[in-house]
Amino acid sequence: MQDFLHVLGALITLAGSVFLLLGGLGIFRMPDCYNRLQAGTKASTLGTILALIGIGLFHPSWFGKLLILAFFVMLTSPIAAHALARAAHASKVPLSEKTVVDKLAEQETL
Amino acid sequence: MADTLIALAVVITLLGNFFSILRLVKGPTAIDRVIAIDVLTVTSITIVVVLAHFGGRSIYVDVAIVYGLLSFLGVLAVARYSEKGF
Repeated sequence: MQDFLHVLGALITLAGSVFLLLGGLGIFRMPDCYNRLQAGTKASTLGTILALIGIGLFHPSWFGKLLILAFFVMLTSPIAAHALARAAHASKVPLSEKTVVDKLAEQETL
Repeated sequence: MADTLIALAVVITLLGNFFSILRLVKGPTAIDRVIAIDVLTVTSITIVVVLAHFGGRSIYVDVAIVYGLLSFLGVLAVARYSEKGF
């Protein structure tokens, strides 16, 4: 039973690390700053939560602390991304050429 | 078996960190670099927790919590500064 839990936790941690790799790849490959925020924040949040749960299966006595950490990451990562996106738009970072609509700029010109 | 899988997970995570560092070096604007630092710190939380697992010390998990809190505050401060100045 314990071995099964350990292998399950290791597999969940491996899945989380694959999401972290995809987040890093998205940050490197995406065309502009807003797309990079989208790719990096979402993938790295999910990957971190999966890895924390996977380690928690190894050490049941740490599970509460790791759950608090996962909840904290889930709470703060979108807030930081939102603030960064607003800051990029306010300091006039150019959008990529494929962008179709910019609702925030339309709202400001009204 | 399980520890080997976790070591493989650390290698994959460090590969992701490598791409983030490339963006941190390359990034055309300052906001791009802040995004790269944000993702690097969130990724480092995972690495610190895995270190806690390999060392068998639960105090490192507290280190990860404080690290996440400080990185959040830092990114928020930079975002607020470049939005309208202090």
